[in-house]
Amino acid sequence: MDIDKKLVKKIANLSKINIEEKNVDKFAKELSNIISWVEKLNEVDTKNISPTTNPSDIKIPFRKDEIKDGKIKDKILKNAPEHKGGYFIVPKVIE
Amino acid sequence: MTNLKDWETVIGLEVHAQIISKSKLFSSASTNFGSEPNTQVSLVDAAMPGMLPVINKDCIEQAIKTGVGLNAKINKFSVFDRKNYFYPDLPQGYQISQFSQPIVGEGYIEIDLKDGSSKKIGITRLHLEQDAGKSVHDIEPSKSYIDLNRSGIALMEIVSEPDIRSSEEAQEYVKKLRSILRYIGTCDGNMEEGSLRCDVNISIRKKKFQSRSLLGENILSELGTRCEIKNVNSIKSIGQAIDYEFRRQFDVINSGNEIIQETRLFDEKKGETRPMRSKEEAHDYRYFPDPDLPPLEIDEEWIDKIKKNLPELPDIKKENLINQYKISSYDAAILVSDKSNVEFFDKIITGNKKRNAKNVVNWIIGELFALLNKNNLDIKDSPIKAEELGELIDYIEDQTISGKIAKNVFDEMFKTKKRPKDIIEKKGLKQITDTGEIESLIDKVLNNNKDKVDEYKSGKEKLFGFFVGQVMQETKGTANPGIVNEILKKKLAN
Repeated sequence: MDIDKKLVKKIANLSKINIEEKNVDKFAKELSNIISWVEKLNEVDTKNISPTTNPSDIKIPFRKDEIKDGKIKDKILKNAPEHKGGYFIVPKVIE
Repeated sequence: MTNLKDWETVIGLEVHAQIISKSKLFSSASTNFGSEPNTQVSLVDAAMPGMLPVINKDCIEQAIKTGVGLNAKINKFSVFDRKNYFYPDLPQGYQISQFSQPIVGEGYIEIDLKDGSSKKIGITRLHLEQDAGKSVHDIEPSKSYIDLNRSGIALMEIVSEPDIRSSEEAQEYVKKLRSILRYIGTCDGNMEEGSLRCDVNISIRKKKFQSRSLLGENILSELGTRCEIKNVNSIKSIGQAIDYEFRRQFDVINSGNEIIQETRLFDEKKGETRPMRSKEEAHDYRYFPDPDLPPLEIDEEWIDKIKKNLPELPDIKKENLINQYKISSYDAAILVSDKSNVEFFDKIITGNKKRNAKNVVNWIIGELFALLNKNNLDIKDSPIKAEELGELIDYIEDQTISGKIAKNVFDEMFKTKKRPKDIIEKKGLKQITDTGEIESLIDKVLNNNKDKVDEYKSGKEKLFGFFVGQVMQETKGTANPGIVNEILKKKLAN
C-alpha cells in the first residue's frame, strides 16, 4: 500500500501532530516503507485461524459494583491549563 | 410530480440507554446524577496516563438482562474496541465501545399500534460502551466548560433494524423499549435527564405497490439515501422530527434533487431539522480492539441464572391481564405501558376481590388518566390513591352512590385529596334506595304536575324523562335511577 501526501496529512491531522509541509514527502516515503514491510504478513495463510483480539491468555477481571473512587476534584483539575467553578475550561467547541 | 401518500419512511433507531448501576463501567466512581462538577471522576475517567479500565460485573449483567428482555441472542464472546475521536469531553481521545463483536446480537420487540394491530421490530444488536462527559457552552462566549461526572458511565447502545415505517411506529418502539428497560430495572428511561437518548436514521422511498417496474421485477428493497438525526430527546420530538424529515426529503426529491447523506440536528423550539456543521474527519473512528481489555467471556450458567430471575415483562404481564381479568388487549396494553400503571391496577384489584376488573380499568384509563393528563401529572403523583379509587368503586357497586354521583365525588377527590367516604357524608350524596321514600317523592312530583301527567297519558311519552328529572332534582341526583324508573312507570301506567 502506498501512502501519498494526502494520506500523510490526514493521519497527522487525526493524530493532532503538526507536520511541516517540507517534511510531508519524507514521511510519505517512510510510512510507505513501514507499511510494505508489515504487509509481508499478508503472505501468511490465516484462513483457518480465528482473529486474535488479545495476545495474552488472561481472563477479563471483573469488579464489584461499589463506589470507591472519585471525590478528588482538586487532583483531577490540578494540571488543567484553565479551570473554574469545578469545570475544565477549553476553547469554545460547539456541536 | 409525485404524491406524498405514495411514499413511505424507512426508519432505524439507535437508542443510548444509561445502565442503572452504582459505579461506572470501568471505574469505581459514582454515577449519581446532578452532583457538583468533576466530583465523580476517578483517575481512570480523567484518562490519566497509566490508568487501566476494570469492568463492572453488574453492568455486564444489566446488558445480558436487557438482551434477554429484547428476545435477543447473548454472545458468549464479545470484544471491546476503541472508537477514536477528538473532543474535549472525551479525555481518553477514544470511547471504549464494542464494534464487530457486541455482547448482544439479534432480537426483536413487539409494538402495539392505534389501529389495534401489532408489529415486530427487529433489534440488530446491543453493545456496551462508555458515556462521554458534558460540555457547557453558554457560560462564556469564547469558552466551553467541561464536567466529566458522566464520563465513563455505562451505556447500552440498542440498534433497531430499519423496520419502522412511520412516526407513530417510532414513538411506540421507544415507548415499548423504555417500558421493558424499566420493568427489568436496567435503565430508568428518563429522557429529560438524558438517561435515554435517541438518534433517528431515516430515508424515504416509494411504497410497495408503486415500486414494481414495468417488467414486474420487485425493486422495493431499494432504500433511499438516509440522514441521521441527532438530539431527539423526547417521544414528542421523535414524532416531530420524523414528520418534518419525511416532508423535507420528499420535497427535495420532488424538486428533482438528491438527498445528501448527512447528520442533522433536531431543533426542539422550531420543530425542524438542520444540517450539523460537520466535524472534520468525524467519521474516521479507526476502531481497533482495546489492548487494555481481554475479550469478554460469559458462561451459559450465568445467562441461565439471569433468565430465571428476570422480572415479568410487559408482554407477558399483558397476556396475564387479558386471561385473568378478561379485559381488552387495548386496555391491557395501556396498563402495562408503564410499570406504575400496572401497580396501581393491581393494588385496586387485589384490595377487594369483589371489584370488577373492567370497571376498575374504565375508572383508571377513562377517568383518572384524563384528569392526570389535563393536570400534567404522573400516575405516581396522583392525588387519588389506588386504595381510595377502590373504595369509590365499591360505593358504586353496593349502590351507596350512583355512577353519575360517583363522577362528582371523583372530581372532588382529585381536587381535595379527601377520601370518598368523607365527601359522600359531608355532601349528603348517599343514594336513596328506599322504595318508600322514592315513591312518596314521585307522588309529590306527579301531584305538582297534573297537567303534564294528563299530556303523558294522552300519548306524549317523551315527558317520562321530565318526571325522572324532577325526582332527581328533588333529591339532588341521589335517588337510585333504576328504582325511580321502575316506580314511575308503574304509577304512570295507572
